[in-house]
Amino acid sequence: MIAHDSTAESLDPSQLVEERLVRWYFLAGCLFLGISMLGGLLMALQLVQWNPFNGLELLAPGRWRMVHTNAVAYGFLANVFLGALHWAVPRLTLRPVASRALSYFIFCAWQAVVVLTAVGIVLGPSLQASDWVAAAAAKYHLAMSLGAQGLEWGETPFWIDPIALVGLALVAYNFMVPIAQAKPPLYVTLWYFMAAFIWTFLTYAMGNLMPEYHVAGTSAGAVGGLFIHDLVGLFVTPLGWGLMYYFVPIMLKKPIWSHGLSLVGFWGLAFFYPLNGIHHFLYTPIPMFLQYGAIIATVAVELVVTTVIVNFFGTLWGNARAVVTNLPVRWFYTGMIFYFLTCLQCAMQVTLTFQKLIHFTDWVVGHAHLVMFGVFTMWLFGVMTYLFPRLLRREWYSHALLEWHYWLSAVGVLVMATDLILAGLFQGYYWASLQPWDASLVGSYPFWATRVFAGLAMFLGFLCFAYNLLMTYRGATSAAAQATPASATWLG
Amino acid sequence: MFESKAGILFIAGVGFFALAFVSNALVPVLMYQDLPEQTAVEVVNPKLLYQVKELSWRFPVAFQQHVGAPDEADDQAWREKAAELLRLGRQVYIGEGCWHCHSQFVRPVSNESKRWGPVSQTEEYENELQRPVMFGTRRVGPDLSREGGRRSSDWHAVHFFNPEWVSPDSPMPRYTWLFDGNPQRPNKRGLALIAYIQWLGSWLDSYPYYEELDVMREQDF
Repeated sequence: MIAHDSTAESLDPSQLVEERLVRWYFLAGCLFLGISMLGGLLMALQLVQWNPFNGLELLAPGRWRMVHTNAVAYGFLANVFLGALHWAVPRLTLRPVASRALSYFIFCAWQAVVVLTAVGIVLGPSLQASDWVAAAAAKYHLAMSLGAQGLEWGETPFWIDPIALVGLALVAYNFMVPIAQAKPPLYVTLWYFMAAFIWTFLTYAMGNLMPEYHVAGTSAGAVGGLFIHDLVGLFVTPLGWGLMYYFVPIMLKKPIWSHGLSLVGFWGLAFFYPLNGIHHFLYTPIPMFLQYGAIIATVAVELVVTTVIVNFFGTLWGNARAVVTNLPVRWFYTGMIFYFLTCLQCAMQVTLTFQKLIHFTDWVVGHAHLVMFGVFTMWLFGVMTYLFPRLLRREWYSHALLEWHYWLSAVGVLVMATDLILAGLFQGYYWASLQPWDASLVGSYPFWATRVFAGLAMFLGFLCFAYNLLMTYRGATSAAAQATPASATWLG
Repeated sequence: MFESKAGILFIAGVGFFALAFVSNALVPVLMYQDLPEQTAVEVVNPKLLYQVKELSWRFPVAFQQHVGAPDEADDQAWREKAAELLRLGRQVYIGEGCWHCHSQFVRPVSNESKRWGPVSQTEEYENELQRPVMFGTRRVGPDLSREGGRRSSDWHAVHFFNPEWVSPDSPMPRYTWLFDGNPQRPNKRGLALIAYIQWLGSWLDSYPYYEELDVMREQDF
C-alpha cells in the first residue's frame, strides 16, 4: 500500500478527510463526464449528417449540446474539484471542514442541481407552449423559459439558479471555516481557493441574474461576456492552479521553484483575468474603448501565465524524468503545456486583426476544447489517477489501461483542437470571400469528420479509465500491477 | 497584505471582481441606460403584423387551432397576438439551441455588411426579446439578424421540418416536433418560431434585405 503524503501525517488525515465523500464526488464527476461526452458526440455526428436520431425531440442535438457544456462545467469539473477540495483543504489547514453533515447535504444538492439542469434543458422546451406556462408568465411577470436560458454556461433554467446559488454559498462557508482558523502564513493553494470561493459565487449570481432580469441588449452582452469569461477564469482556473500548486510539489518531493513568481502569478491573474470580459464580443456595438481595454488586459494575462508556467517548469527542472515515470505528473505537465498554448492562442485571437477572420468560426470551438479538456480535464484525470489508489487502498487494476487513457486523451484533444482551429481559418476565408454559404459547409465537412474521430478517441480513453476504475473497485488486480516499489513511483 | 487572508479575500476576491464588474459591465449599462427598453408589444411593426396575418392565411387550420385568429379589423388584438408569438418564438429559439449555431449580429468587418445587410447598432437590441442578448458565438448556419422577409413562411416551415429538403448540404437537425406530422401543420411552437424569424430585421428600412450575391449561383452550388 502506498504511504500517505506527509503534509498532515502527525494529525492522521483519515480523521480530517471524509474520504468516502471524495470518492463519491469523483464517481459523480466521471458519470457526468461520460454523459457530456455522449452529448458532444451527438452534436458532432449531426454536423456531418450522420446523426441516427435526427428528428427525435428528446435527443435534439441543439438541446444536448447545452447538456454537453453544462455537464462538463457543473457536473464534471465542479464535482471533481469539490472532491479534490475535500482532500486538500483539510490537509493544508490541518482542520476538518465546517460540518460533515453539511458536506453530504451539499453533495446531494449539487447532484440535484446538475441533474435538474439537464432535465430542464432537455424537457423544458417541450412544455414551453403549454397554457399554464403562458398563464404563469402573465401572472408573475416571469420569462418562464422552462428550458435553457440564453447565455452560454448560464443555460441553467431560471428555477434552478437559486438552488445553485445557495449551494455555492454553502460550499464557500464549509471550506472557509477551516481556512479562517488555519494559522498564517497561508500556502499558495489556499490563496487560489479562497479567492475562487468568493469569485464563483459572485460570478454565478451576476451571470444568472443580470442579463436575464435586469439589462437587455448590448449591456446584457457585456455582462454576459464577463460572465462567460469569469466562469472559466475565476471558478475553473483558480481551483485548477490551486490543485497544481498542491499536488506537483508533493509528487516531485520539492517546493515550488519561486515563491515570488507564485505571488506574481496569483495577483496578476486576480487583477487582469476579470478585466477580459468584453473580449468575447469584439466588433459588437459595445463601445470601442471598452473593447480595447479588454484586449490589452487579455494580452497581459498571457504574460502572467508565462510567469506561472516558468515557475512550474523551474520546479520540474532536474526531475524531468518524472514526466515519463510518474503518470499524474505527466497529466499535469501535459495540461500545463496545453495551457500555455491555449493562452498564447488567446493573446493572438483577441486582437482585432485575428477577430476579423476567426470570430464565429470553429477556431473558437477548438480553443474551448483545448482549455476545458486539454487543461482542466487532464489535470483532474491526473488528480484522480493519483488519488483513487489512496482512496480505495489498492493498486489500479491495469497500468496499461491508464497509459491508454492518457495517450488517447492527449492525442485526441490535440488532433481535435488543431483540426478545429484550422477549420476556423478556412471558414473565416470562405465567409470573407463572399462565396455562397454552402461553400463554407462543404469545406468544413472534412474537418468535422476528423473531429468526430478525435472525439471518439477521447471517449475511448475515458472508457478505458472507467473500465479500469470499475475493475479496481471490484478488487481485481492484474499480475503486472501488484504493488511494487516501482509502481508506487509511477503513481507519484 | 499579499499573503494575508484579508488581502486575498477583500482585495483579490471582492475588490478586483468589483473593479472588473464596474469597468466591463456597469460602464456599458450606464452608457445605454437612457435607451428605453421596448416591450414585445412595442417592437411589433407593420411588417411583422403582415407576416403574422400571412401565417394565418397560409396555415389557416393550424393557426386557428393553436393561436386563434382575432377579428380582421381588430388591430390591437393582432398586435398582442404577434407579441405573444414573438415571446414564445424567442423561447423556442433559445430552448432548442438555435443561438449556438446562428448569430444575430452583423460586424463591420469581413465583408459582412455585403452578405447580411447593415452593420448592427445598439438601438436594435434594446428590447425585451434581447434579454439576454442573442449575439451568438458561433455561425454554423448564417447570421439571422436580417433574415426576416427574405424567405417565405412556408419555406421556413419545410426547412424546420427537414432542412435537407430545401438545403441538401445543411447540417441543421430536423425539428419535426414543431409540427403536427407534416410541414403544412406547424404547431404553436412552430408558428411562434416562424414569426420570430420573420421579425428579425423587420425594424430596418431594408426589409427584406437581399445580399449582394448571385442567388442562382447559390442554388446551383
